[in-house]
Amino acid sequence: MAAKDELGRRGEHLAAEYLQALGFAIIDRNWRCTDGEIDLVARDGNETVFVEVKTRAGLGFGHPFEAITARKLARLRRLASQWCRAHPDVTGLVRIDAVAVVAPRGEGPTIEHLSRIF
Amino acid sequence: MSVGRTHSVSLIGLHGEIVEVEAVFSAQLPKFVIIGLPDAALGEARDRVLPAAANSGCELPSRRLTVNLSPAALPKQGSGFDLAIALAAIAATGAIASESIDRVVHLGELGLDGRLRPINGILPAVSAVAAAGFETVMVPSGNVDEAELVPGVRVIGVPSLRDAAIWHGGEYEPIPVEPLMRGGVDDPEEDHRDLADVIGNPEAVEAMVVAAAGGHHVFLLGPPGSGKTMLAERLPGLLPDLDPVSALEVSSVRSLAGLPVGRELARRPPLEAPHHTATAAALIGGGTKQIRPGAAARASGGVLFLDEAPEFNVNVLDALRQPLESGVISIHRANAIAQYPGRFQLVLAANPCPCGQYGSRDSDCTCTPSVRRRYLARLSGPLLDRIDIQVRVPRITSAQLRTADDARRLSSRAARERVIAARARAAHRLASTPWTINAQVPGYWLRHPSRRLGPVATASIDRALERGGITMRGYDRVLRLGWTLADLEGAEAPSADHIGRALFLRKAMAS
Repeated sequence: MAAKDELGRRGEHLAAEYLQALGFAIIDRNWRCTDGEIDLVARDGNETVFVEVKTRAGLGFGHPFEAITARKLARLRRLASQWCRAHPDVTGLVRIDAVAVVAPRGEGPTIEHLSRIF
Repeated sequence: MSVGRTHSVSLIGLHGEIVEVEAVFSAQLPKFVIIGLPDAALGEARDRVLPAAANSGCELPSRRLTVNLSPAALPKQGSGFDLAIALAAIAATGAIASESIDRVVHLGELGLDGRLRPINGILPAVSAVAAAGFETVMVPSGNVDEAELVPGVRVIGVPSLRDAAIWHGGEYEPIPVEPLMRGGVDDPEEDHRDLADVIGNPEAVEAMVVAAAGGHHVFLLGPPGSGKTMLAERLPGLLPDLDPVSALEVSSVRSLAGLPVGRELARRPPLEAPHHTATAAALIGGGTKQIRPGAAARASGGVLFLDEAPEFNVNVLDALRQPLESGVISIHRANAIAQYPGRFQLVLAANPCPCGQYGSRDSDCTCTPSVRRRYLARLSGPLLDRIDIQVRVPRITSAQLRTADDARRLSSRAARERVIAARARAAHRLASTPWTINAQVPGYWLRHPSRRLGPVATASIDRALERGGITMRGYDRVLRLGWTLADLEGAEAPSADHIGRALFLRKAMAS
């Protein structure tokens, strides 16, 4: 596994722990379909939360949030509706969140969370 | 996070409006939004402010930054808002105190390295700051000299955004940078053109002195090489120094036009001589989004010289009629009305015909009569009607050149003293009226029973009026010129001789 994939895995893991600590229930991870992948799907009260996790080892190439472009958001939305179609039993409201993990080598990670980005 | 709030200035013409600049970060994906009708240059502030802040060491969070410029309905232009936007954003993060920047008006464009660039129009903008009652204004180092010309406001010059943030109490280490200065700032050159350089044509020289004394517009008609341009260029040298209000106006227009202003306000009246291919927008000002001053506005307080006047487009010349009438240039556009001062003294010069030789003694004119008539007819009646002095300037002969007496020619300095004395006399007489110079006085005031001249004095123009040689409007203009001639000679009121000479200064076109 390439180093960047490993970093991404670690970031998703850290994000899931962070959200669980906030009281979210993680109900799906790395759900794939033909259009792409959803990093995390969680339940927050009555809402289904689709979470895009962006992980960086440093800020040299910009903040992780800056990597979430309008195009990526549009795809996330398509993926969310496909997930809902595949899971008809999950009801309630739907929202999309983003989590940024900055995890420099050998230091503790910084985690930031934005709600309702779309 | 809190809202950062400060102030800047939006200029429309010479009028500055205080604009409130608010910045707030919200928990959204990173984006930089400017609202409040910015133009293209102001919209690009987003791509200047972020790198400038980063390179100044003032970290801005990766969140959505919304900058609001209010009043929201007022269109805003230019790059002068950069400093205010950057400081409002830094204050929104809490790194500097919002109360500190709220008391100060900020003007200046940012470079990507965080240094501040001087901007145009600082003088009128700082005047607006003082008029709005603010005590402090922060400007780029390169604009400090110009900003300090405005009394009653404290000017803080900073070379970079980092220094601006430090001034407002930001805890940053100062990093000395080379301030960006404006190129080519020079004190205006001394005018070396003297009236004594003009050989011959004593009537035309006298006409220029009369024009300077009474503020009358002048039309010079003569063949090429007769010295029309030479005479016109010497008119500003005959005018008195600018009064403080005009000086501020002249310097403000220069500042807005991006011309160097120097360390002190302009003292001498300006001269503008646009080429005859000038458009109406070049002459009176214009533009769609940013309305810029034209040559007529830059000539306000001084002389606007139009050489080869019949070669100008007719609509361009007629655009001058409104400022000639009101002294104000108003430019109307869909989104705003800009006003510039338009109190210039107009000097028109023209050849008598397209080949230029008509009426000269030494060569023959090759133009047909209809071509000749059409040539001068390009100057519209309403325009010529506003020009009090119309003189012919003949070519000088070799005999005149040889007999020219250097000692007897009038120098600009001596002429200016006469002009200043005459203007003082006129101002004293007009003290109870809204006018200060003879050219502004309307005919009904001159013909008022208490000021009416005796029948002996006005006999020549009464007769000309009777015979239809002059119109009533022409009559008033001759009276006005008569008063200026009397002022120049220190007479109480115009005599028959003054009126006769005034009539002569009017009649060049008719003969």
